[in-house]
Formats: sequence, structure tokens, C-alpha cells
Amino acid sequence: MTFKKVLATTAVALAMMSSTVSADEIKIGLVVKALGIGFFEAANEGAQEAAKELGNVKVIYTGPTSTTAEGQIEVISALIAQKVDAIAVSANDTDALVPILKKAQQRGIKVISWDSGVSAMGRQMHLNPSSNQLIGEMNIKLAADALKAANIAGGDVAILSATPTSTNQNIWIEEMKKVLPNYSNLNLVATVYGDDLADKSYRETLALLKTYPDLKAIIAPTTVGILAAAQAVKDQGKIGKVFVTGLGLPSELAGHVDSGAVHSFAIWNPIDLGYAATMIAYNLVKGNGSDSKIGMGRLGDAQLDENGEAAMSEPFIYNASNVHKFADIF
Amino acid sequence: MEKITEQKWQLSKDWFKAIKLPWEFFLILITALVFTLCSFASPYFLDVWNLSDATFNFVEKAIVALPLAMLIICRDIDLSIASIIALSSVAMGFAAQYGLGLELIVIIGISVGVLCGLFNGWVVTHFDIPAIVVTIGTMSLFRGISYILLGDQVLKDYPDGFEYFGQGYIYWVFSFEFALFLLAAVFFYALLHKTNFGRRCYAIGNNPTAAFYSGINVKRHRLLLFVIVGALAGVAAVLLTSRLGSTRPTIALGWELSIITMVVLGGVNIMGGAGSIPGVFIAVFLMGIVTFGLGLLNVPGIVMSIIIGGMLISVIATPVLIKKFSHRGS
Repeated sequence: MTFKKVLATTAVALAMMSSTVSADEIKIGLVVKALGIGFFEAANEGAQEAAKELGNVKVIYTGPTSTTAEGQIEVISALIAQKVDAIAVSANDTDALVPILKKAQQRGIKVISWDSGVSAMGRQMHLNPSSNQLIGEMNIKLAADALKAANIAGGDVAILSATPTSTNQNIWIEEMKKVLPNYSNLNLVATVYGDDLADKSYRETLALLKTYPDLKAIIAPTTVGILAAAQAVKDQGKIGKVFVTGLGLPSELAGHVDSGAVHSFAIWNPIDLGYAATMIAYNLVKGNGSDSKIGMGRLGDAQLDENGEAAMSEPFIYNASNVHKFADIF
Repeated sequence: MEKITEQKWQLSKDWFKAIKLPWEFFLILITALVFTLCSFASPYFLDVWNLSDATFNFVEKAIVALPLAMLIICRDIDLSIASIIALSSVAMGFAAQYGLGLELIVIIGISVGVLCGLFNGWVVTHFDIPAIVVTIGTMSLFRGISYILLGDQVLKDYPDGFEYFGQGYIYWVFSFEFALFLLAAVFFYALLHKTNFGRRCYAIGNNPTAAFYSGINVKRHRLLLFVIVGALAGVAAVLLTSRLGSTRPTIALGWELSIITMVVLGGVNIMGGAGSIPGVFIAVFLMGIVTFGLGLLNVPGIVMSIIIGGMLISVIATPVLIKKFSHRGS
């Protein structure tokens, strides 16, 4: 009988959660790779800022519990059912989301991808946070900078990525490999995958530290990975010997910058990214913009290339001088 | 005084007898309750197309849940089902890449499932190793092979018409997937409840030794069930691959737990010996409706997992508690 009470209570709670819908309100579904990741929480903050600025826009922030395509499909079909006006997705899989996103477009929903893209058939445009080339170059440059600052001539470096199927991770790793020949003192020995899970990334880092005694730098172009790697380096007493760098969140890494496990790292502003994605989705719904240009509010216009892709801005370096200032923001 | 106590006991006994209705009735009640709650909580719930869309997210799992229920009734279990789906999908992907026709691709997909099931069953029955141990092993084995074969690649050269299995409709809102699930449910209902084969499942599940001495070829029976589970996992792989339109080694990751949840929620005793196909059939819809309803209300997936977990425990605990109290009563 208590079970029914629980059900009744849940129902009341649910009824309260479903807010009233005004007729001309524009609903934008912001779909992320998985909930509970700092980067996406910050993007949501930017999306809410855009919604506030535009007025009469409701951003539905949602995503699966684990970074799977099947989970995102479930979430997207719930958004289609709610008849949202636009969906802006950071995809877990380039291809697997295409059928459901095609269905969304058939039902008159504008679809864009941001951060991690889907194939051109599944969306109207894709917003890259930066250009892949710049990100690849930045990651390698940061590793070289860290060694230089510590007066280390050179040595082995390794990459700690998210899942082997993550679209953006693979492109960045490719770009990193392209610029590596310019840094003769860096020797890439391994690429490992932590699946964007803290514990797995931590274990993979421990394995790297054991396998490669000459390891000098770990590049983790993922916010989950870089944090786990920095923690592992700290726990193993390798501070000053192995430097962790890559893409991370200031609030999560400020402590590791202080301890010295991380010399510097980079990230674009996820708040701006969520803001820009929401602005673009809104402009698509309203029919503003053209095939080559679409507005991103306070961030200016996004220039679309022939594949319907645009870059927001270049990544920004965070180090001891500025990390605490940004740690309060995201 | 004594008489009153006796009468009270008599009363409580009657009460427990009265609610000792079949499990299926209890499930239908809860399902109807949840359905009603959802239709009040969201204006988008009672829409045939939305409900039809929602079925896509659980029928593939449900198709595997049916034979798995029989396997669990037989005191066995198969934890490798999701990995079988992955391996079978990878095989179909390669078959498609080599330009094989539609029928051949489907046959290959199901055959790989059959072979995986055969391997599970053979190891379990031939070496007399507990099924849970063997299938934990093959869970990693089959998934591992998929990763080795595919790495971070994607297979998506499926021929025209292949998308019908996972995306097509046979009539109006009734999808091919859903129709196939109904057909499978009827088949497994007949198999478990109307044939000697089904009665042997209960006999083995209740007492394998007694079943053996009463002339049942227990090993062959169990082996056959593993093969059937594998075959249906192969069928699920065809549907899921067709729905996603592509194959990656992460396909159906983590599905084994949601499928087992469906079976257990359906009233199948995890220790074997008891359970029914109608129970599993209703449980599948209960899970589907809860997930879809909460999705429409944009309840975060983490909260959704908590609710489903709580539901599972309450539903399982209720009969146990009733039994305990009715025992004390008599």
C-alpha cells in the first residue's frame, strides 16, 4: 500500500514539474552527451542566458545518464513528442542519431548539432566550439609549454581520450598528430581511452604512468579525463615529473594548477557555446540568417562553410594567472 | 479473548488470500495507474504517434526479455545478451560492406546470435560451470571481439530497404518492430505455457535433479534455451542496427541490465522455477510507459533510474512481504 502512496506522491511531484505551456513560446531542446558533466552544465547556463535575452524562449536541458547513442535517441524522441521547435544536440554518435533527427526534421523541428556533430543529413548546421585544427595545435603547444616551463628538454607524451567512438575526440587527436612533427622533443607513445568516466580515466592514467617511466606529459582533451589524470599524477607523487594538460574546466582544475600537476590548459567558453547554439536555433526557427551566415547574438555572426559547419572562436589558455578568476564562472 | 485473536488471524489470512491474485493482475493495475498518471501529467502523452514512437525505445529489449524469462525460469541466466547484439550487428555491418543482399545480412545477423548462444550453452552445460560465470565472461568476450574488429570505425553501408526493420510501419502507427514483438510474445506464451517444452522449464527450474530423474534431458534443454536467447538477441540486433542505420562496437551497451530488469519486474523468480510470459509482457509496457512518461516531463535520466530502481525493489518486495506476513498469520 505504501507503494501506491509513493506513486501518488511521485505523480504530484511530476505534475508540478510540468509547467504550463504558452501558445507562442519557442521551445528549444538542448541535448547533451550525458547529464552531470560540468562542461554541459555551463553550456546550459549560457543557453538559459540566451533564452532570457530573447524572451519567450524555453530551453529544455536534457540528456541521457551515460554517453550512449541509444540514450540520446530516447531523449530526442521525448522532445519530438513534446513538439519542440528546435533541437540542439551534442552527439554521442555521428551516424546513429541521423534516423531520429531526420524524423524530427520531417515533423518540422529545426535541428542543429554543436560541440560534437552529426552527419550532414541529420542536421541543418553544426557549430564547432573552435576549429579542430586550432584545438589540435593548442593541445600539443600546451604540452610543449609545460615541459619548457619545467626546464625539461623533451620526452614521451600520451593522449587520454574519452570513448573511441567520440567524434570530436578523434578529430582532435588526428590534428594533434599532424602538428607533432613540428615538436621534435615530444614523442607520442600511446593513446588510451577513459570513456569519459572518472574511475576508468584514472585507471588508464595509472597504467600509463607504470608502462612509460619516461612519460613527461599527458594530454587529455576531455574535461573528465584531464581531472582524473591530474588526480592520478598527484596521487602517484609525480608532480613536477609528469604534466597533465588538455581541455578542462577552470573550476575543476584550479586546485591542480595550484599543486603543479597541471601547468596550463585550454578550453573555449562553454557558456558562450550554449548561448551561441541557442541563438542559432532560435534564428533558424524564426527564419533569420542565410546559408552562409547566421547570428549568434552578442558573439556576432557564425560563418558557415560548404558543409554547413561554423566555428565559434579559438580556445583560450588558462594558467595560474587567470584560472581562479574563471573558476568562479564555470 | 482467545477467540478474538483467532478471529483476527482468520481475518488477516482471508485478506491475504483475497489479494493473492496473480502477479499479472498486480502488474496490470500498476501499469494502468502509471498510464493514467502520465496522461494527466503531460498533454503530449495521449497521442497515438507519440505512443507509437515510444515503443521503439523498448521493443528490441522486450524481444530478448521473452526468451530470457524462460532461461531464468530454468535457473540459468545470460548476461552476454547485449554483447551478442553488438557482435551480431558488427557481423551484419561487414556483410553489408561486402555488398551482400538484404536477406543474407539478416540471416547472418541471426546466425551470429545463434552461434553465440550455442557457445554460451555449450560451455555452461558441457563443463558444468554456472551460467552467470560463463556469461560474464562472454559478455566481455563478444564485446571485445566487436571492438577488435571495428575499433573506432563505423559500418553504415546498409542496403536500401534495411531501414524497414527498425523504422518501418506495417499499418498506420503499428511499426514492424512492434508487430514482431507481439508475434514473439504469442509464440513464447504458447511455448512456455502450452507445450511440454515449457512445462520442462518449470520442472528444471524447481528441481533440476528431480527433472533429470524423471527423464528430462536437462542439459539439452538448457543448451537449447541458450540458443533461443542468442537467436532472439540476433533478431534484436537486426532491429536495432536498422533503427540506428549504423554499427559501432558500443551498440546496445548496458542493455543486459535493462532486459533483466524487465524479466524480474515481470515476476520471474531470479532463482528460477516461477514466472510467466504475460507477466514479462506487461512489465515491458510498464517500463516503457514509465520511461516515456518521465521523458516527456523532462525528468533527468538520473532521477528516472532512481524511480525505476525503486519501482523494481517495491514490486519485488511486495509479494515477499505479503508471504512473510501471511506466514506469520497462519
